[in-house]
Amino acid sequence: MAGIPHDHYEPKTGFQKWLHERLPIVSLAYDTLMLPTPKNLNWWWIWGIVLAFCLVLQIVTGIILAMHYTPHVDMAFASIEHIMRNVNGGFFLRYVHMNGASLFFVAVYIHMFRGLFYGSYKAPREVTWIIGMLIYLAMMATGFLGYVLPWGQMSFWGATVITGLFGAIPFVGEAIQTWLLGGPAVGNATLNRFFSLHYLLPFVIAALVAVHIWAFHTTGNNNPTGVEVRRGSKDEVKKDTLPFWPYFVIKDLFALAIVLLVFWAVVGFMPNYLGHPDNYIEADALATPAHIVPEWYFLPFYAILRAFTADVWAVQFVSWITGGIIDAKFFGVLAMFGAIFVMALAPWLDTSSVRSGKYRPAFKWWFRLLIIDFIVLMWVGARDTEFPHDWISLIGSTYWFAYFLVILPLLGVFEKPTSPPETIEEDFKAHYPDAPSAAE
Amino acid sequence: MIKKLTLSAITALALSVTGAIAAGDGDTHIDDVAFSFEGPFGTYDVDQLQRGLKVYAEVCRACHGLQYVSFRSLSEPGGLGYTEEEVRAWAAENFEVFDPEIDDYRPALPRDNFPAVSGFGMGPDLSLMAKARAGFHGPAGTGINQLFKGMGGPEYITSFLMGFTGEEDEVAGQFLYENTAFDGGWVSMAPQLFDDLVEYDDGTPATEQQMAEDVAAFMMWTAEPKMMARKQAGFVGVILLVVLASLLYLTNKKLWAPHKYGKEMDL
Repeated sequence: MAGIPHDHYEPKTGFQKWLHERLPIVSLAYDTLMLPTPKNLNWWWIWGIVLAFCLVLQIVTGIILAMHYTPHVDMAFASIEHIMRNVNGGFFLRYVHMNGASLFFVAVYIHMFRGLFYGSYKAPREVTWIIGMLIYLAMMATGFLGYVLPWGQMSFWGATVITGLFGAIPFVGEAIQTWLLGGPAVGNATLNRFFSLHYLLPFVIAALVAVHIWAFHTTGNNNPTGVEVRRGSKDEVKKDTLPFWPYFVIKDLFALAIVLLVFWAVVGFMPNYLGHPDNYIEADALATPAHIVPEWYFLPFYAILRAFTADVWAVQFVSWITGGIIDAKFFGVLAMFGAIFVMALAPWLDTSSVRSGKYRPAFKWWFRLLIIDFIVLMWVGARDTEFPHDWISLIGSTYWFAYFLVILPLLGVFEKPTSPPETIEEDFKAHYPDAPSAAE
Repeated sequence: MIKKLTLSAITALALSVTGAIAAGDGDTHIDDVAFSFEGPFGTYDVDQLQRGLKVYAEVCRACHGLQYVSFRSLSEPGGLGYTEEEVRAWAAENFEVFDPEIDDYRPALPRDNFPAVSGFGMGPDLSLMAKARAGFHGPAGTGINQLFKGMGGPEYITSFLMGFTGEEDEVAGQFLYENTAFDGGWVSMAPQLFDDLVEYDDGTPATEQQMAEDVAAFMMWTAEPKMMARKQAGFVGVILLVVLASLLYLTNKKLWAPHKYGKEMDL
């Protein structure tokens, strides 16, 4: 494997040599675990492990739940209640799976914003970032599909609204929506294919995760200073790094235990906190809920979707230019997907020569505003669209796009960054003056 | 480092808290009731659940089913505290279910579920009602107060049963009754509870408020029969994770000490 020079696996016994010549799998595991990792990683770097844990947790609990679940419109809701009441430990499995999805998204958002602050997306880690965005999209699809399976009111109406987004595409939209649903409306065909895909996508995510890890194992981890590991020789590398095992594995496991502590308390004491009460009412095609609200992790983008109504001048302008092909509804859909797309473009929109936000005095403030913007959008996404919520959504959405499309490119030109330390070793020593000079 | 970790954890919590949402508008009136099962340490009050079952069996069942609740669950731990024999006798005496094998009705057995009730003028199934309604949404719609008060489903049910103003209206041949807890203000269910409607076996005076609270508590149990087991598992998990986290904290500290401070750490 290319990347930072470090000691490689040496087969010693006869069997090890025999296996190594045929399948160097121990070598692969060794290289993966012994990856030289910047010593100065802070606690924002723990969420990758949490995410890996979430994926395993969701797959394991999901497989067991699938053994008891029935994907049929007449039986799905009752089969969930069967799991909750009659399956041994079923209620716990389901609550863990339900809240596990939320933990997954909490972790992925912190992981993404960590990358955005420390410039982890910048060269040479663009591919890692892009794969990460694909994982995020696959996660959103999986989360949405999974939310439909209990066949409650929010499941049904959420599915109706979200697939309706595809119906907004000009000319071919309705055909696409019908194709997605397997019929003219959300029904048994929809539930079956959603179940099938909900089971499939986590394995696609697992494959993407492998590529994600492969990519950053090739480039090496970013770190809080954004300064690259010196890789002239193994000795130089040792001054800046420690091997992933055991130093970062133990550190990450400690952090994971703390995160799981909070998670377990939520599952044990308030498992329905992040759910919606309406989903304990069986799906009814004849009764529309008063407020259709997506899961919390979609809310910022849901707010962007709703922000661009027909009375916004930009929408009217685009509609006029395109001769009405892009109406307000389609504009909203484009904005929602666009909001994720501009994030994916960050490596090319950020023009700054300095990688880490720590050394960018102006960037810091715009970034903090982006975090606030994200939280405000999440809050407003759950509200109705009356004044002042419509204005808050519009201002919030505008800032989201402005940050990526205007502020990031311009900051690189106008901002005067402070100077990062020369080496990771220097940064580490600034924190720990007693640290020994060379790693023995 | 602990400061950073705390910050990291708070961010995680803030993210999820901001995300928690609750629909519903502020026009309805829900009174808080201090139910025994609220909070991490709360447990079901067995006597109250038994009283609630009585209210359901003598009043509510006329129009409402409990189709997801089995009779045998009445004798399961963490619930109403009946024995299997008591349940067998009570079910057979009070309920008949339709058995497709004999194509006829027969006395209910413990393995049967409470009957579903449907048809003109009948109400919704009550099995999950306590989880299908949220009484509390605050502050600012974030629902954080759920931490202390629970979801507010049983409070909604209590407030609904107590919320009739006595006003009636007739719309297109259907009678509607004004209710301060109901979204929209008018509901087709007539007020049902009045003092001494049932006679409690434990001698508790059957006031309107008492019956409303008892049946609401019972419905929390029908919606979440495993709540006690869930909280217990929650405690075991939390305690184990505290131990695990402490051990990992010390391991991590010892592991890094030579690299951070140039010396071994004394534990």
